[in-house]
Amino acid sequence: MLEVKNLSVSYGAIEAVKDISFTVNDGEIVSLIGANGAGKTTTLHTITGLVPAKSGSVMYNGVDLLKTHSNKIVTLGMAHIPEGRHVFTRMGVEENLEMGAFSLKDQSDIKKDLDMVYGLFPRLKERRNQKAGTLSGGEQQMLAMGRALMSHPKTILMDEPSMGLSPKLVKEIFSIIRKLHEQGITVLLVEQNAKMALSIADRAYVLETGRITMEGDAKELLNNEQVRKAYLGA
Amino acid sequence: MGNQIIMFISQIFNGLKIGSVYSLVALGYTMVYGIIRLINFAHGDFIMVGSYVLMLTIPAIVAFGLPAWVAVIPAILMCVAVGVIVERAAYKPVREKGNSMTALITAIAMSLLLENGSQAIFGADYQTVPTIIQIPTLSIGKLKIDGATIITIVLGVIIMVALQLFVTYTKQGKAMRAVSEDKEASILMGINVNSTITLTFAIGSGLAAVASLMYCVSYPQVSPMMGAMLGLKAFVAAVLGGIGSIPGAMVGGLVIGVVESLTKAYIGTITGGIITSAFSDAIVFGILIIVLLVKPSGLMGEPETEKV
Repeated sequence: MLEVKNLSVSYGAIEAVKDISFTVNDGEIVSLIGANGAGKTTTLHTITGLVPAKSGSVMYNGVDLLKTHSNKIVTLGMAHIPEGRHVFTRMGVEENLEMGAFSLKDQSDIKKDLDMVYGLFPRLKERRNQKAGTLSGGEQQMLAMGRALMSHPKTILMDEPSMGLSPKLVKEIFSIIRKLHEQGITVLLVEQNAKMALSIADRAYVLETGRITMEGDAKELLNNEQVRKAYLGA
Repeated sequence: MGNQIIMFISQIFNGLKIGSVYSLVALGYTMVYGIIRLINFAHGDFIMVGSYVLMLTIPAIVAFGLPAWVAVIPAILMCVAVGVIVERAAYKPVREKGNSMTALITAIAMSLLLENGSQAIFGADYQTVPTIIQIPTLSIGKLKIDGATIITIVLGVIIMVALQLFVTYTKQGKAMRAVSEDKEASILMGINVNSTITLTFAIGSGLAAVASLMYCVSYPQVSPMMGAMLGLKAFVAAVLGGIGSIPGAMVGGLVIGVVESLTKAYIGTITGGIITSAFSDAIVFGILIIVLLVKPSGLMGEPETEKV
């Protein structure tokens, strides 16, 4: 279980996240939705230690993440797929996937894990020897997801997986998220595409200028008048 | 074979010899630049550090009954220590607090510190390094290539191939490439970015120590300033090859070495004595200017693309 309590984050004088609290239970898909600049990405960055917190706590299965070295967090079973994919463009597709397994002590299962990822994303297998920089945006998103899966995560933080993708690809990516969910992986999903996010999530939190303004069952939020007006354009 | 051709071939070999030294030093520049985007101006001075260690340890090693080249081991250890200390004590704190300009100025400061520090310890005069290795000259017909040249080129090639294999296939080598491309993503993969940077400095400094051995085999003299010009030329080699590119540094070093050697040999004759061999350094740096104008990313470098 991931438990964020009274978390505040500042960039210099600007407070990007203001005293937010939320939980993600094992096996859930929880979504953080909100406009550009609401603090969604900052929240994820703070959870995995890429950005320091100002105050508050982030507990993951009893471990205080704010006191854990950021490169050790993946070893706790938490993978973070950052906004903009951040694949290693000058490395090959398969090399990128191998980097995903960097934190594993036992490297003998890599072959099996590669097959698992290629099964999920056949297109990556076709392009296994290509440089990641030559992939399309959708393929890079698949690669970033595959790379995260290589670390055997129990929880995946996903930041804007639909960004810049065609509606068809967005559907494809979300069906994969659903598949991972069915395999028991916990997902914390940050999305500007609120409609897609709410349709897949169990619960959701609405972030506005650094504060959580609404929370609840995803289906209820999907039908909430205020949410519809602000985020669903209806 | 005519004498002209023999002379030309031996000049090429001379160029490859000094070029191998430039390549090894250029690798240090390019690897450090690749991983932290810093031109480590102190890197050339690591050769000087290595050379002084050779000068000081060879007598003891020979007295112990070991071959003189074994002195490269203490030289490597010393250079690695100096490189890692410079990174941890100076560059890392500056990187975390300052910007790229403060880091650059810190690098110049480290260079001055090493040069003036060794001047304070050893004095400004040239001192002689004991003979390191004596290998018979190789004769192919009239062509004579001295043993030091062959050893230097062969050693250079072996090290470059080994480094390329390390970076391509080992876990640490892959981590180095990952960190040089995307630190944030590397952290998320579980890579310890700081220790990877330290490893990069250690390898670069170790290569500088080997370069000092290769250099001192042919030019057995040390002085506090010896690293400045060597380092500068190796830097030109790294930029020529494409800074950040490992194969680029290798090729760039060899090209600079051969150009320099041929310039020294022929420029006087070609220009009828108007431009003398004293201009060879000017020509090497002229190449840098031309490369920066024509192909700023270097022979094998990839143009910087903005990540979105």
